[in-house]
Amino acid sequence: MDFNNIKKLLSTNHGEAISVLEDTEIILVPAEKWSEIAKDLKENKDLTFDYLSCITGYDNGAGKSIGVAYNFYSMAKKHSLEIRIEVDRENPEVPSVEKIWRTADWMEREVYDMYGVSFKDHWDLRRILLPSDWDGFPLRKDYKEPDYYNGMPVPKDKSYWE
Amino acid sequence: MTSVNNLFEFIKGIAPIEDTAIIWVIAVAIPALIVFLVMAVNALIAVYFERKVSAFMQDRLGPMEVGIFGFKGGRKFWGGIGQTLADAIKLLTKEDIIPADADRKVMIFAPFFIFLAPFLTFIALPLYENVIVSNFNIGILYILAVSSVGVIGVILAGWASNNKWSVYGAMRAAAQMISYEIPIALSLMLAIIVVGSLQINDIVQWQADNRWFILHSPFAFIAFFIYFVSVVAETNRTPFDIPEAESELVAGWMTEFSGFRWALFFLSEYANMLIVSVVATMVFLGGWLSPFEIVNMPGFDLPQPFLAFFTNSVTGPMWVLLKVSFLIFVMMWFRWTFPRLRVDQLMYLCWKVFIPFALANVVFVSIWELIF
Amino acid sequence: MGMNTEYLKELGIIKGDEMILNMGPQHPSTHGVLRLKIHTDGEIISYIEPHLGYLHRCFEKHCENLSYEQCIPYTDRCDYLAAMHMNHGFVMGVEKLMGIELPERVEYIRIIIAELQRIASHLMAVGTFGLDVGGITPFTWCFRDRERVLDLFEYLCGARLLYNYMWVGGVSHDLPKDFIKRTTEFLDYFETQIPEYNQILTGNKIFIERTADVGVIPADVALNYGLTGPNLRASGHSYDLRKEEPYSIYDRFDFDVVVGEGTHGTLGDCWDRYYVRILEMYESIKIIRQAMADIPNGDVHEAIPKKVKPLKGDIYTRYESARGELGFYIKSNGKNIPSRVKMRSPAFASLSALNEMAEGWMMSDVITILGSLDIVLGEIDR
Repeated sequence: MDFNNIKKLLSTNHGEAISVLEDTEIILVPAEKWSEIAKDLKENKDLTFDYLSCITGYDNGAGKSIGVAYNFYSMAKKHSLEIRIEVDRENPEVPSVEKIWRTADWMEREVYDMYGVSFKDHWDLRRILLPSDWDGFPLRKDYKEPDYYNGMPVPKDKSYWE
Repeated sequence: MTSVNNLFEFIKGIAPIEDTAIIWVIAVAIPALIVFLVMAVNALIAVYFERKVSAFMQDRLGPMEVGIFGFKGGRKFWGGIGQTLADAIKLLTKEDIIPADADRKVMIFAPFFIFLAPFLTFIALPLYENVIVSNFNIGILYILAVSSVGVIGVILAGWASNNKWSVYGAMRAAAQMISYEIPIALSLMLAIIVVGSLQINDIVQWQADNRWFILHSPFAFIAFFIYFVSVVAETNRTPFDIPEAESELVAGWMTEFSGFRWALFFLSEYANMLIVSVVATMVFLGGWLSPFEIVNMPGFDLPQPFLAFFTNSVTGPMWVLLKVSFLIFVMMWFRWTFPRLRVDQLMYLCWKVFIPFALANVVFVSIWELIF
Repeated sequence: MGMNTEYLKELGIIKGDEMILNMGPQHPSTHGVLRLKIHTDGEIISYIEPHLGYLHRCFEKHCENLSYEQCIPYTDRCDYLAAMHMNHGFVMGVEKLMGIELPERVEYIRIIIAELQRIASHLMAVGTFGLDVGGITPFTWCFRDRERVLDLFEYLCGARLLYNYMWVGGVSHDLPKDFIKRTTEFLDYFETQIPEYNQILTGNKIFIERTADVGVIPADVALNYGLTGPNLRASGHSYDLRKEEPYSIYDRFDFDVVVGEGTHGTLGDCWDRYYVRILEMYESIKIIRQAMADIPNGDVHEAIPKKVKPLKGDIYTRYESARGELGFYIKSNGKNIPSRVKMRSPAFASLSALNEMAEGWMMSDVITILGSLDIVLGEIDR
């Protein structure tokens, strides 16, 4: 199935919730609808997106929204799809899909780790790459380097690094 | 108790000492020193040999820098002959670390316990008819009994380290060593049944009169292989080195030891290899008999002077050393060829394969002895 | 042992006679600085919790502060055992974003190098897997032959491990004078070596006992966990990006996708994962020979842009690296610095399935399974 057919199928199933990002082949989905759309992506016989390739968190810039991009591929049908969810910066909340694709378990943890997106109903949402006592979400565009980490001063003069 | 007595008499004859107690101490201390030296030299040579063998099998050169006694380093077999000596000196001068939470007393004590087992076993090991510290009439039984003392030391070492990995190693080692003693004992039992003596001299004498014991019957042949595989397990070498499996448990019960006390472990490991190879040589491979005496059949007799030339007090120990070196080489060959078994597979091999076969061997050899 | 066992039991963290064992971060068989928190009952594993991040070097954060060209050396350091694949994957993404047409010669060179790298990486995987199950000799043999590939790379670009060889729009150096000759010599030699590995490891009874039927993962579960590359193919799923979505010029070559067959046990066990890698080396040899036969002449620096400055846009590229599907999600906002680079790490997904595979097996099997997954911590932690 090509992108237009997938879009048409999703629109008939989920109505107004689906929208397409201009000039791209990316589908935008509201966070509230995500868990049912995800289930549909996996279980619909015409879509069967059985493989979740990647979950990417991204930041649209200070003061703007935070996004999560999902890249799917269907081994059975040989088509791919990118879905994005953009959520509010202050309270980013996206339903978890780790029960549908197990691989989302760690990938969502990583997005949480770097962007602070909290995935609802995730069984074990903890930091994964950073230490558990880390402050803030370092890949956000407005992240400020802390002055102290665990009581140790963070070197500010980095000229000798070069 | 022949040799120490002889030594006692000898010293009494030449030394101007009246007190017999002092002479006794000297008479015991000299063999003890010799045994210790044998163990140390054995470890030095075996480690070097092992490195060169492994290097050969792995397309490497092995140690080739450190020379000694005028031997220069280089791409030769003796290229790094001083390497083990240098390593030994390094080990002896290393800091002796005892972890803060470890059981201090037991930790200090355990390596000596492990060392004690091969040290005591050497007493009953002959190199030739009379080249022996003490010629027990219960030789084989003594060897079996004393060599299993080491297990206690292993458990103590693992427990004292206060390290979960060490305990894993110690538990595995204890289970393995105790289990594999059974097929070893049962295999040696064959020789005892046939010869009717526990003394190693008698067993070799039987082989001189008849044939090497490995050719005694098909059962003895099987028993040799059961014995040999079991002793590889008993000495914790690959493919049965699960107690110290370096890719799983780092070094098992030895993990927390360093310096001299770790060197003792090393010394005992190689000493154990030597012991089991000597026992295999004595019991199955004709001891100090030359290969010309494999079968002593009437009608095929070789001329007596010829035999005497190849089996005497000079060549006898040489044959023993040759056979022992070959067995040790085979053990090294195993180590550098095979992957490691898992702990349950190891136990399966012992309890469900070796012990039934060994038991059947004992029964069949008894019947064989009744018939022939 | 374990002074606080009672306390942990009260908290409900461990059950009954369980013990918590820390494997790593300093452990010889975790293939890097990985810490596994293992709940065991004696030797039996009841739960494994991997703790990552000991090798986290902020790759993604670095990329947001460096120009595209400067990012390439950082990709090297992610998967240091298949650095060429990392280069290639990233560069491919940027080229797609900029719409660069590559000269034929560059494509051919890249494929030869990538397949040589695959051989080197699989040799490492096979060798260390042998080491994990206790055989030391196969490890040194594999290293001996990997050394030859590294020598070729050194001859090619001067570096042995971290190359920075593939540039946006080209490669840093053209093939040296008799590189093709040397590579042919290596392949001729190497083809005779693979049967030797089979002799010492593949057919060994103890090795089969240790690996067959251990750590089985069926194809659908593997897919659900996001396993790709040799790990997924060992479960019987013939998913190979080189065939599925031929990038670069892979569609011109004739090679087979190797899938596991469950020869010595269940489909998808450790033995299959190991053997798929052995067979893939043969396929790589095939591809290299074909590519070397019809490599055209040309200038490798021809298409290198003066300034790497893609237009606004995003791209997700997928690349078949030695460990599986390597993805790069690159967001550009029209500057010469990427606004976001996300690396989809194949080993990250493989490691997440560890608990699924190892549960109920023994301590030694955890190491076997971990070794069969062929993880590289540099790529997991980034």
